[in-house]
Amino acid sequence: MSFDVGVIGGGVIGCAIAYNLAKFGQKNVVVFERQYPGAGSTGRCGAGVRQQWGLEMNCRLARGSVKIFEQLSSELGVDIEFRQGGYLVLAHTEKQIEQFEKNVSLQNSLGIPSRIITVEEALEIVPYLNPESFIAATFCPTDGHANPLLTNYAYAKAAERLGVKVMKFTEVSGVERSNGVFKLTTSRGNFEVGCLVNAAGGYSKPVAAMVGVDIPTYSERHQILVTAPVPRMFDCMVISFTSGIYAQQVPQGSFVLGIAENEEPSYNTNSSWQFLEHITYEVTSILPVFGELSIVRQWAGLYNKTPDSQPILGEVSPGFFVAVGFSGHGFMIAPKTAEIMAKLILGIKPDIDISYLSLDRFEKGELIVEPSVVG
Amino acid sequence: MKGSDNDIIVCRCEDITLGEIREKIREGLTTTEELKRVLRVGMGPCRGKSCVPIIRRELSRMLSLPMADVLPPKDRPPVVMVKFKSILEGSEE
Repeated sequence: MSFDVGVIGGGVIGCAIAYNLAKFGQKNVVVFERQYPGAGSTGRCGAGVRQQWGLEMNCRLARGSVKIFEQLSSELGVDIEFRQGGYLVLAHTEKQIEQFEKNVSLQNSLGIPSRIITVEEALEIVPYLNPESFIAATFCPTDGHANPLLTNYAYAKAAERLGVKVMKFTEVSGVERSNGVFKLTTSRGNFEVGCLVNAAGGYSKPVAAMVGVDIPTYSERHQILVTAPVPRMFDCMVISFTSGIYAQQVPQGSFVLGIAENEEPSYNTNSSWQFLEHITYEVTSILPVFGELSIVRQWAGLYNKTPDSQPILGEVSPGFFVAVGFSGHGFMIAPKTAEIMAKLILGIKPDIDISYLSLDRFEKGELIVEPSVVG
Repeated sequence: MKGSDNDIIVCRCEDITLGEIREKIREGLTTTEELKRVLRVGMGPCRGKSCVPIIRRELSRMLSLPMADVLPPKDRPPVVMVKFKSILEGSEE
């Protein structure tokens, strides 16, 4: 069977790229997913949507994505539970405040309504915070959170409605390039595609290697947990770049929280008790009331990282596109990034310049320095 | 399809009925993991102890698969619910 565009990876990035391609009129698009949409990193992520970045490009990608998220449930026909309760970013040192002041002025210049707030103001937003644990904060009321499982599912369903073929349980095991097409060997037969997109998340490097392209991505385990549901306590995401912790109450009442840890590159997605101890210590120091909450379940997913913790986007060899290495913040910028990727594939000029995110920045030594990354 | 048994609540933690599960199976979801992610069945405090056998039986019946091929979702720690406070007290000992 042959298709015009083949996307490897049925996570939010892959499904959203396929959806946008179809939306722009591209026919014969296929998504190859080793398991099912949401089985990999998307379905395991914290799913916060933050616009408070330190680089203009990231602010623009995040702001553009929020605009899409705001109407995505109606566009895709599934309630993806997008809520804008804001993001509260804790500052613990004077140096962080200095950085946050720069970030906020950049964000404001790009139409992102963030602001520096005092400990007292932060306590009005989240009364449960330990006032001794931070010295100031930033808050952006239009940041938010969506349900990553439903968002991924909604993109896949909407793509299918527009004619995209989403092939579940179909693992690509080999790619051969000949006469301008890619010949794919998969667990469900052989396929030919005219143009190939690597959206394989944690497995981006081995997928690129199949095409003969070396990309500097690697994967790292990140752990996360969910509590039993409790009555509404607060609406915003609370994060700290110092400990790398983030905690958010989802609409169903549970809190979902994770923390950055020192991890070696691996494909390990097992859970550890050390994570439970670590996150318990950190969360109860900023939110002492969490002592009374009960942990229902913990799990892990892969951050697909790059040397500068920023994604690699674009065409890396004729007809071969990558949207990889999101380094833990792929979900929040997925809607806008997927739209841009679809435009690049179709030869339409995107409205945000993403040339900074090309693969050759690593060779040229033009790494991106983003001061506001978790983990 | 009998209307009455569609109203049976299969997942008591998340309030999901047999009818909702059947609708998603008809839509193309073929595993307990997919149903869990889309419907939240098995994500609640009981950890799927009551709903998973019923969901497996329904998948087996509707897709004509032997029960042995309809796997339960992955079991994840902790085995029972635990308060953060208990972990804090335990690790300070």
